Amino acid sequence: MAGLEDLYREIILDHYRNPRNRGELPVPPAHRTEGFNPLCGDEIVVYLSVTDGIVEDLRIGGQGCSISQSSASMMSAAVKGKTTAEARRTIATFKSMMSIHESTLDTSAGLASDPEIPEGVSSEDSGLDEDPSDELRPPSEAELTALGDLAALQGVVKFPVRIKCATLSWNTLAQGLDEIATSA
Amino acid sequence: MNTFDVAAIKADFPILQRCFNGRKIVYLDSAASSQRPEAVLDAMDTYYRTTHANVHRGVYAIAEEATRLFEEARHAYGRFVGAPDPAHEVVFTKNATEAVNLVAGTWGRANLGPGDHIVLTEMEHHANLVPWLMLSEQKGFSIRYIPVDRSGWLDLSDIDALLDGAKLLGVTLVSNVLGTLNPVAELAALAHAQGALVLADGAQFVPHMATSVTALGCDFLVATGHKMLGPTGIGMLWARRALLEEMPPFLGGGEMIRDVRLDGFTPNEVPWKFEAGTPPIAEAVGLAAALSYLEGLGMDAVRAHEIALTGYAMDALQHAYGDEIVLFGPDGPSNRGGVLSFAFKDLHPHDISQVLDAEGVCIRAGHHCAKPLMRKLDVSATARASFYVYNDEQDVEALVKALGKADELFGIG
Repeated sequence: MAGLEDLYREIILDHYRNPRNRGELPVPPAHRTEGFNPLCGDEIVVYLSVTDGIVEDLRIGGQGCSISQSSASMMSAAVKGKTTAEARRTIATFKSMMSIHESTLDTSAGLASDPEIPEGVSSEDSGLDEDPSDELRPPSEAELTALGDLAALQGVVKFPVRIKCATLSWNTLAQGLDEIATSA
Repeated sequence: MNTFDVAAIKADFPILQRCFNGRKIVYLDSAASSQRPEAVLDAMDTYYRTTHANVHRGVYAIAEEATRLFEEARHAYGRFVGAPDPAHEVVFTKNATEAVNLVAGTWGRANLGPGDHIVLTEMEHHANLVPWLMLSEQKGFSIRYIPVDRSGWLDLSDIDALLDGAKLLGVTLVSNVLGTLNPVAELAALAHAQGALVLADGAQFVPHMATSVTALGCDFLVATGHKMLGPTGIGMLWARRALLEEMPPFLGGGEMIRDVRLDGFTPNEVPWKFEAGTPPIAEAVGLAAALSYLEGLGMDAVRAHEIALTGYAMDALQHAYGDEIVLFGPDGPSNRGGVLSFAFKDLHPHDISQVLDAEGVCIRAGHHCAKPLMRKLDVSATARASFYVYNDEQDVEALVKALGKADELFGIG
């Protein structure tokens, strides 16, 4: 049985207690995207400022549990200053860390993915020329290393009901990037 | 109350003997679903092993026996809620939600239209909101809501205006979030004076205290088996016989008809008119065993135990955590059911529930299928502990102690 220490790593608790990039950006020029977890009522707001293909700034609003809040905080630190392509790649890696287990567990538990939750980027709309099955393979050691602090969230997959807490902000970010790309 | 031997009751529930991390499970989520005693499990098992056949059909011995058990269960539930005609006024459904859908889909569809309005409350479970919202989209009637005040009571200051000309009042007897015990008998009298019918949601009431539909003054009462020591898959609608007879059928199929021709059908008599297809037979048998078990304890004793334990829990939590814990709902355990929603420091309910789980304590975290009420309380979710006949002071102590662990883990200062 997975222990609490698998879930609540110190780095996660640190981001929960001291969230990075918390707040709002003026809209416009920034882009605002909301994400909801209808199962628990958590909500995340991602404010994105993208210029010349670079995520110049982003802020996180909303409310949620320690997992959703710390995941959003780490995400903001990971993608700020990156190109949108790099951000999408980080999203894909993070989602693969979660979704390989998520898809397996969802099937075994008979749970359909919730249509109200924005789904993460598929390889098609992420603009990545990766194999479509890529998301189903576990991330490599190198990829995990590249995730840095984010790898601490790996333990979440041992707690299936919390996976959607961890992915909420990432799905919302992906949706925001898509909306910006579409409106550009 | 010393006649109520919780240790002996606990021993009747196999699942409560299960251990996690070397500790027996502390089950504090009976408002979501209760557990079952051996007597219920045995009754259903024995039924399947010795008696099962489809009901109301076969002329052989086990089919007749199955039919008798099924109809006895109906009768038993009718008596349990004080129905004037217990054999003809109880409809078995899938759950309480389906029972509300039945009323909306038959009585509501036949009687509500543009210009009409019904009255619900802000503290209703989604089960008593969404069926009416769905029907109002189709039929064009409006819905007014009795507000909830800051202390967790219904605000009745505008009740006369709300009920003026209403066709129906739908109200929960006990809030599944706040625990509020609503004054349904008084509300029913006001509603009837306006010519409105009254639907009472008894999901959190019928399992916990002596129920009399005539004392409550309601016209419809819904409840569910799995919250009262019975199995999942069986819900109960009670309505006055004359009212049931006026209502069109609900689902169509076998069993609910007297005659079928290629150009039409004649519905069966009540209550079978509302029970299309093979009904939940083993579930009815299990329900009857659950009712016997509860009657053996005595519903007044069940309620007295619940008040005592809820009061003990409110005191223990406030004593341990003072202002750091917020208990939602009315003061005074006799004003409420055995449901205790709380906020603890600024910890998220999911985090609380997760840490409590590691301590073997099962509580519910979330919106409790009452999102409009969550918005009113200005929270996205609450943590909720709920009590039943098998819970005791030690379970409450385990809750208090486990909350301390959550505080240790997440404590900011």
